[in-house]
Amino acid sequence: MSEKVWIAGGGVISGIGLDLKACLQSFRDMQPGMAAMQYLSSVHRNTFPVAEVKADNATLADMARMPEHISRTALLSMIAAREAWKSSGLDDISRYRVGFVSGNTVGGMDKTEDFFPEFLTNSRGGRLQQVVHHECGSVTELVADMLGIRHHVSTISTACSSGANALMYGSRLIRNNIVDVVIAGGTDALTRFTLNGFNTLMILDQQPCRPFDDTRTGLNLGEGAGYVVMVSDSLAAQLQPWCRFSGFANANDAYHQTASSPDGTGNYLAMKGAMDMSGVQPQQIGYINLHGTGTQNNDVSEGIAINRLFAPYFPAMSSTKSFTGHTLGASGGIEAVFSALAVKEGIIYPNARFEHQMKELPFAPVTAYSTGNDLQHVMSNSFGFGGNCSSLIFSKA
Amino acid sequence: MSDLKAQIIEQLNLQEITPESIGNDQTLFSKDGLGLDSIDALELIVLLQQHYNIRIANPEEGPKIFHSVRSMAEYITANQTAKA
Amino acid sequence: MQIFILGSGCISPQETAQGGPLLAAPREYEQVRLATVDPDYKQWIDVKQIRRMSRVVKMGVGAANLSLEAAGITAPDAIITGTAYGCLDDTGVFLTKMVNQQEEMLTPTAFIQSTHNTVGGQIALLLGCNGYNNTIVHRGFSFENALLDAIMILKEGSAQHILAGGLDEITNYSHQLLSRFGIYKKAPVKTMALLNSPDTGTIAGEGAAFFTLGTTRGPGTVAMLAGVSTLYKPLWEGEVIGHIMKFLEDNNYTPADIDLIVTGRNGDIDQDEIYEEVADALFPEHAEACFKHLCGEYPTAAGFGVWMANAIIAEQAVPEAAVFFGRAPKKIKNVLIYNHHQGTHHSLVLLTAC
Repeated sequence: MSEKVWIAGGGVISGIGLDLKACLQSFRDMQPGMAAMQYLSSVHRNTFPVAEVKADNATLADMARMPEHISRTALLSMIAAREAWKSSGLDDISRYRVGFVSGNTVGGMDKTEDFFPEFLTNSRGGRLQQVVHHECGSVTELVADMLGIRHHVSTISTACSSGANALMYGSRLIRNNIVDVVIAGGTDALTRFTLNGFNTLMILDQQPCRPFDDTRTGLNLGEGAGYVVMVSDSLAAQLQPWCRFSGFANANDAYHQTASSPDGTGNYLAMKGAMDMSGVQPQQIGYINLHGTGTQNNDVSEGIAINRLFAPYFPAMSSTKSFTGHTLGASGGIEAVFSALAVKEGIIYPNARFEHQMKELPFAPVTAYSTGNDLQHVMSNSFGFGGNCSSLIFSKA
Repeated sequence: MSDLKAQIIEQLNLQEITPESIGNDQTLFSKDGLGLDSIDALELIVLLQQHYNIRIANPEEGPKIFHSVRSMAEYITANQTAKA
Repeated sequence: MQIFILGSGCISPQETAQGGPLLAAPREYEQVRLATVDPDYKQWIDVKQIRRMSRVVKMGVGAANLSLEAAGITAPDAIITGTAYGCLDDTGVFLTKMVNQQEEMLTPTAFIQSTHNTVGGQIALLLGCNGYNNTIVHRGFSFENALLDAIMILKEGSAQHILAGGLDEITNYSHQLLSRFGIYKKAPVKTMALLNSPDTGTIAGEGAAFFTLGTTRGPGTVAMLAGVSTLYKPLWEGEVIGHIMKFLEDNNYTPADIDLIVTGRNGDIDQDEIYEEVADALFPEHAEACFKHLCGEYPTAAGFGVWMANAIIAEQAVPEAAVFFGRAPKKIKNVLIYNHHQGTHHSLVLLTAC
């Protein structure tokens, strides 16, 4: 049983595009997705820019071919998962042993928070239909059932690293011959719960965020879904895979519930672990898709860890969250698709609104979009609450 | 200040600590003080808003204001009178 | 490569955190909602941190520590947690405040504590563990997939000792809501009468079960985790039976090799039918033990079942309180735990004495 796992395709829906092609166009056109809140209703509507998917639930339901009352998290998931499968070159799903591993943090909370006011006034109030799919796992199953996947279905919820951890678990399923194909990634819809939650932590920027900029003042929330299709070696031989999923690591900072350690221990261990598994040296990494949320804490910890690991040679790097916002449970999946595509097409994504190099760091992110770069190995970072640090590496072969 | 101490204990769910056991000048955030952390600082910001109608926009001001119960009380007195 | 259970820990509506003979003094209830018998959590968590922890987090930390203590290990290489509902109490607190205060003056603690990976994160924080840390939140497979994740990683050789477990809690809100879905008994039933109850509905339970797993045995090891398998939304009972047969085959066993089956009967006459069918088809004369009358029904209840099975192997006897049918043989070597949650999530765990 071969150890290699390949990326056969990917799909994304985010604040900068309803599919992967549209997202890429936004990068080319330097059009980030942050704007005033349009679809979610909240008292903070005019305070914080967010990168919502530019479609209401009715439109998404149409695209997903699912009922409109279904959680937005599931609708986004369905759209991206289907796009990923279509792009893979694989046949009908029923022909393979397929797994679906999806990360999310909100589950059906978008519906639950609508249900709650009535429920609070009367414990028999509110429509049960709104909470029947509250659980993270239920949202995953709505999509698995629509896609016809039954062989192995799982949900990972490790805050902002959920999507990345989904790829790790998924690739293990393939290596252990439990399945031949895995659709892996993540999804999250914007909710009042997360918006207000992040607001209590005082890490939301009231302006469009500036990841890795010395004057940054916080993150913008986003939403979306992103999945890759991972296949075994033998299946890959029959397809045109984008790249190989060559390494990954998950480490825990064990420092504080929400803050990263000042020296970025967890981040460092995750990146180093991924490179060790890939058998890759730091100077072979051509591009890093940063976690880069734009918070004071994350960017300096991530930057310091990168400095420790990569100096004196620094690869090109950028935070695509400067375009998509922080999509929480989806980010690991969305950024995995961007990173895998980067290897295939030689793309280096731009970091928007960057002006001032961080004083702690001897490097700065890339600000322009380019293709045709020779990228042999690309790294993608996802660091979450609970100290969960994950790093993925995609390679040409 | 003893009211403030009781509010702090409640907001932060401090166990086995009475208002009397918190010194007026005891450092709140150091390990040999009360050992509070950054999440507690955010909770104290909410406390100020909820009980005293004082908004702190920048969490970086926290360490100075929340140095001790006395510094908190002084900040409240100074800023409460500024509001109608 | 063999996977050994080096130690286990369980916090449940029974006195399982105590140590001592298994279920020697079973707690009998006549309630539709059971609550855990909590140990003194301060033995593992200091006062400064405990103030912030909700019940489910304490349960997880407690069971995790019990399991490490039983294994004689202080620093696992990885921590994998399975929970279907996550941190419900803090979720409820934050939602309530958000609604009542119209999104103003909300407090960070409840939000931070509501994230599903809080239990795993807190365990890592308290142990200072920088290793792999994952949280599976997948309904009736949350516990089993956590075990699977641990097995896959141990097989890679990248870790020596992994802490893996499952837990779920009940809160007033969650119980009210789940009750509205009609899954519980309309009237309280006595513990020892639950599994013979002639109507639908079960009782609500909660708890945490953690296992320290490794590739070499330790001083506390009595059993190997020989296999884990899940079956999602089987189309009919034949598929379940076929799946069990294949699972046993893959592990080089036949039904005759199984000494005891431990099943997740929960007192709901419709949901328990499949256990009847499986027993009739594959294990007609086998001794059968049950556990959900003792811990209640919840998505990660199989954790209690596996913990109990491990303890049965240790004592080489099935406690009276857990017996459902027949008498176990003198030597209890191979134990099959078969459980399902709501008919859609079926799982199998095979333990072998070693």
